[in-house]
Formats: sequence, C-alpha cells, structure tokens
Amino acid sequence: MSWSNHEHLEKNAILLLLLVIVVVSIGGIVEVIPLFRKETVIEPVEGVRPYTPLELVGQNIYIRENCAVCHSQQIRPLRDEVVRYGHYSLAAESMYDHPFLWGSKRTGPDLARVGGKYSDEWHVAHLKEPRDLVPESIMPSYEFLMNNGANLQGLGDHLKTLKTLGVPYTDEMIENAERDAMTQGTSVGKVDTSGLEERYGEDVNARDFDGQSAHLTEMDALVAYLQVLGTMVDFDKAKDVESFGQVEEAQLEEPAEAEEQE
Amino acid sequence: MSSATETPDYNYEIVRKFTLATLFWGVIGLTAGLFIALQMVFPDLNIEPYLSFGRLRPVHTSAVIFAFGGNALFATSYYVVQRTCGVRLYSDKISNFTFWGYQAFIVMAALGYVLGVNQSKEYAEPEWYADLWLTGVWVAYLYVYMMTIINRKVSHLYVANWFYLAFIITVAILHLGNGLALPVSLMGAKSYSAYAGVQSAMIQWWYGHNAVGFFLTAGFLGMMYYFVPKQANRPIYSYRLSIVHFWSLIFIYMWAGPHHLHYTALPDWAQTLGMTFSIMLWMPSWGGMINGVMTLSGAWQKLRDDPVLQFMIIALAFYGMSTFEGPLMSIRAVNALSHYTEWTIGHVHSGALGWVGFITYGAMYHLVPKLWGRERMYSTKLISMHLWIATLGIVLYIAALWPAGINQGLMWREYNDMGFLVNSIIEVVVAMKPYYMIRVLGGLLYLSGALIMAYNVWKTIRGDVNEKEFAAEQQGVAA
Repeated sequence: MSWSNHEHLEKNAILLLLLVIVVVSIGGIVEVIPLFRKETVIEPVEGVRPYTPLELVGQNIYIRENCAVCHSQQIRPLRDEVVRYGHYSLAAESMYDHPFLWGSKRTGPDLARVGGKYSDEWHVAHLKEPRDLVPESIMPSYEFLMNNGANLQGLGDHLKTLKTLGVPYTDEMIENAERDAMTQGTSVGKVDTSGLEERYGEDVNARDFDGQSAHLTEMDALVAYLQVLGTMVDFDKAKDVESFGQVEEAQLEEPAEAEEQE
Repeated sequence: MSSATETPDYNYEIVRKFTLATLFWGVIGLTAGLFIALQMVFPDLNIEPYLSFGRLRPVHTSAVIFAFGGNALFATSYYVVQRTCGVRLYSDKISNFTFWGYQAFIVMAALGYVLGVNQSKEYAEPEWYADLWLTGVWVAYLYVYMMTIINRKVSHLYVANWFYLAFIITVAILHLGNGLALPVSLMGAKSYSAYAGVQSAMIQWWYGHNAVGFFLTAGFLGMMYYFVPKQANRPIYSYRLSIVHFWSLIFIYMWAGPHHLHYTALPDWAQTLGMTFSIMLWMPSWGGMINGVMTLSGAWQKLRDDPVLQFMIIALAFYGMSTFEGPLMSIRAVNALSHYTEWTIGHVHSGALGWVGFITYGAMYHLVPKLWGRERMYSTKLISMHLWIATLGIVLYIAALWPAGINQGLMWREYNDMGFLVNSIIEVVVAMKPYYMIRVLGGLLYLSGALIMAYNVWKTIRGDVNEKEFAAEQQGVAA
C-alpha cells in the first residue's frame, strides 16, 4: 500500500465513515458474540434460581443506592480472596442479574457470598448506622430504609419484563409477585409460606427481616437480598462432582478452615 | 487549497455556548469530586438519601466526563470542523438543538442519580429515557458534523476531523450496544438491561473501556491534532504517523475491554485477548504522543514562556504516562494486585486530570480570545498560576492513590507464618485514610486552578486586559 492511497479516504468523508465503522466493529464482534452461546460460557450448577419478588425489590434498592461502586460481587480464584470470602464466583451465579453487579472497586468488602454470614439484626443495625458496629467504617448510613415502605406496586410487571429478557419466571410467579413479597417479609408462623416455597424452593428465607413486623420496608427487601447472595449453590454437594474448571492457587488450602478475624 | 481570502462567516456563537458550558460543568464536576473525596474521609458528610456517596459518585463522573469533557468536545469539534473545512457549520437550528439537548441530557441524568434513578452501570448510569434522548441529540450531532464536512471548501479532510468523526460514530455504536434495555412501563423510570451476568459484564466493559478510548481519547486527540500545531505555529510532526496512529488506535482499542474482568467468570480466552490487545495499544498511544510532542521540534523555545503550550505538552506527557500504565495494569499478574484497589482510581485520574483536563484547558485558552474577539487572555500570569497549581494538584492526587492502591492490594493478601490472613477489611480501610486526605488536598488545588481560569475567562470576555502585566511586557519589548 502506498501512502498516497490514503488520500482517497481523506477526500471522501462517507467512505472514511464507513471504514471507521468496519474497523471499530471487529473487536466487539469477536469478543461479544461468542458469549451468547451460553452453554460454553455458563457451566450449569444446581440451585441457582431467579430472585424472589422481595429479593428483586432489594436488588433494585442496591442498584438505586449504587452499592456496587464500593462493594464488588465477584470473588476471584486467588488464595486470599477464597479464604476471605469463600468459593470463587461462578458465571451461573449472576446469570439472572440484569445488569451484572460485579463492581470494579472494593472500598468495602466483597458481597458475593455475604448471605447467611451475619444475622438480620446485624445487617439492620449496620445499615442504620455502620459506625455503631464498626467504628472506623466510612459507609453512609441507610436508616431511611426503615421508614420507606417497600414498593410492591406493579411488581408482577417487573417479573414479566425480566421473563421477556430470559429469566425463567413462571406465569404463576408473575401473578403472585406482590403476595409472595408480602409473605416473604412477614414474621415466621404468621402467614402460610407454602405457595412461596413451592415457587422458589424450600430454602427461601421467609421472615420479618428488619424487626418492624407491622411494615414491609425497603430495609426488609434489602436485607432479604443480601441474605440470599452466594447461598444458592450448595458447594458441599457440588464438591463430589469437581466440575468447576481449573483452580489457581485457590484450592491449595481448605477455605473453611482458615477463619479470619472480622 | 482554499483560495478564499475573506474568512467565511463561521458560526462562533455555538462554540461560545459550548465553551461556557465546559467551564461551568468543569467547576461543578470537580466540586462534586472534591465533596465525595471528603465523604471518604468524613463519612458524616453523607446526607442521606439524596447526597450519599453512592448517588453522588455518578454525578461526579458524569459531570466531568460527559458534561465537562463532552461540552469541550462539542465546542472544539464545531470550531475545528469549520476552520479546517473553510465553511460555516451546517444548520444553526440543529446545532443549537445539540447544545440545549445535550445540556438537558446532563441535567436529566444528574437529577436521576440524586433521586435514585440509575442503572448501576459505570459511566452508563442514566436510565432508558435519558439514553433515548441522548441518542436523538447524538444523531443530530453526527448529522451536523457530517454535513459540514460534506460541504467543505477544501479537498482533504484534516486529521483532527478523522478523530472527531471516529469519536462521534463509535460513541453512538457503544451507547446503543450497551444501553439496550427493556423498561418496565413507559410511564416509569425503571428498566432492566437486556443482558445479564457474564454477557452484561463483557458488553459493559466493551462500552466502558471505549468510553475511555473514544470519548476521552480519540475525541481529545482530535483536539490535540488541531490546537497543538496551531498554538506552536508548526505543522504536525508526521503525516504518516498520523495515519498509522489513527487506524491502529481505533482498531486496537475496541478489543481492550476484557482487561477489566481478569480472573472473573468471563471465559479465559476473552480475558487473554483483552490483555494482549491492551499491551499492543501502548504503541499507537505513544505514536500519538510522539506526534504531538515532536510537533514542537525546532520550536522548543516557545515552550519556555507560553503557558498555553505548556498545558498542552504536559497533557501529552500525562497521556504518555497513563497509556503506559494502562497496558501494565492490564497484565493479569499485575491486575491480580491492582484490580478493585485505589490504584485504578489513581490511574484514571492521571489520565482524566492530566491528559483530558490539560489538553482542554490549553485548547480553551487558545479559543476564548478568538471567540470573543480579544487580542489575548486577560492575564498570562493567571494562566501560568492555573498550570502550576493544577499540576501540583495532580501530583498530590496520583502520588497518594498509587501507593494507596498497592498498599491496599498487599494488605488484602498478607499472610502470617501460620498461613492466616493478617488484615481484616476494616484495617485496610483505616490504612487508606492518610492517602484519602492527601487526595482531598490534590482535588482542592485542581479545583482552585479551574476557578482561577473561570475568573480569567470572565475578565477576558468583559474585554479587560491586565494593564500592569501588559505594560511590563511592552516595556520588556522596548528595552
């Protein structure tokens, strides 16, 4: 190619524009399109289910408050991360997150497996005033979540939208969305949870999360979401199968044995 | 080339508007940045729910990238395309719409964040309605720009325009590709992204990295290719290097996104591709830097007493530095340490404050007297003052966050003899405090520089000339 050939492009703006479009498209096409062959990207694991309506409301609060700018949800297969946070994150675990919430910065800890690590009371107290529990914390306080009622209106439409995008919500789940959210956030024993469990599995956390049994608040929803994070896959069961690809340094050590101080 | 002796009737009115908007949003964006930096030292400054860190962080990033940077790109591209094509900007009406439409987008987006409407996708936070509105504005921008080029009076399209054009069209592609979402209802703000999990992550960082590559790099390189030669009064160093620089840069950048996703659930092959191309990207980036800096060859003495040129050359130095650092951080082994830490924030700011900020300031100081028909800026001394205060601010900022990030990464992975982790998360948070305080100081200095500029520009627009400074200079000439 001679340099003077470039003149054609400098004299023809439309040609230049078209060539730019071609040149910038190649990288994206090669890297993005193959990812939609999901069977090669997401190893199937047992247990990952769509979020319950209340958990979804919680996730939307997590999105609204932009928690992901300080908290990641993606544990890398590096020794310290596996020891600190648990099994490294699998693709399947965020397959129903629209969008992904992996984050890019850890001002605070990773939350991919925070579910079940702390009690509801701890979460509520910590969200209300982080410095009551961790004096040096720089996290904002979220006490106002206690006073905001969880917005359940049109929750079925949210599920329906996600269904259109590929999340396997059934018609029954969509129909019962608001009721299921109410049920999940009500004190144990006060309401029949069989429908909710039938739809989302027996392991679903159904209780009054924020200690204000009279109201279903945003705090209930957010804590319900936090408590399910990372708990869907049962890794003890999966261990026998040993199908999770190669591990770097991670499994040199048994994660569960090395407890770290909080 | 253009034989016309009389200058065409350029549309400077639109450039003036975008220039003022650039300065205005610059101050707002830097102030927001300073405020959230303070929140990280004094958490009591979080005023929930509206002014919490989570909601204000996108206000800061959007204001500096899209409001400050975006308006600067509009201003300079509209100026450059007219000057290099020898023709008035196409359609006053449509270009005026791009101005008000773009400002409306900024306000719409920022109000959304504060009120709790955002998609939690970095640098693509606005919800569907704002995204849709921006699409309309952007199509109008492309139309005005293309039509002006097509109407040009010169046969060859100058290199600055290639970069502006690539920036405009690629940002459109990225915005549409990443923004695809389904609203829950047409009357509500909430939508769900069309993509989930791994796909969502890949597409977001394909977008995110190229927001850097095309918005913050290609566009500003367009600025560089016009204003550096103009201010130095020299032709660009190498025409061939411009061609190589342009095509290799826009081709390679688009592959670099996956380096944001090392060691995640993204397939390894994609991570490796991203890393490889990120390292390759070093070459075109430095090619561009060399092309800019070497434009001064044979005229280095101009650098001694022209602070505007100093702004531009320091910008190129920061461009070179951060485009060396970027490929370094994209190497998996380095990324294992640097990812999730303050190092990334330091890296971004050496690029944003040093490269984007300084090349913009340089271009603006060149533009303002021309746009308002003044002979010169009100005060050259104040330009110089801005330069050094801002440079000191950047140095404090990045010199704090680099060690902060490395320290953070090392503390997270520190083991004792027994094989236990040494530090809890909160101990690492506490260790960051001194660095965060130095960062605040750096940010304060950088903002002060911008305020000095605002004052200088205001005086220039009013038509004032700093008599004392001017007289001293005249005397110097006489003597």
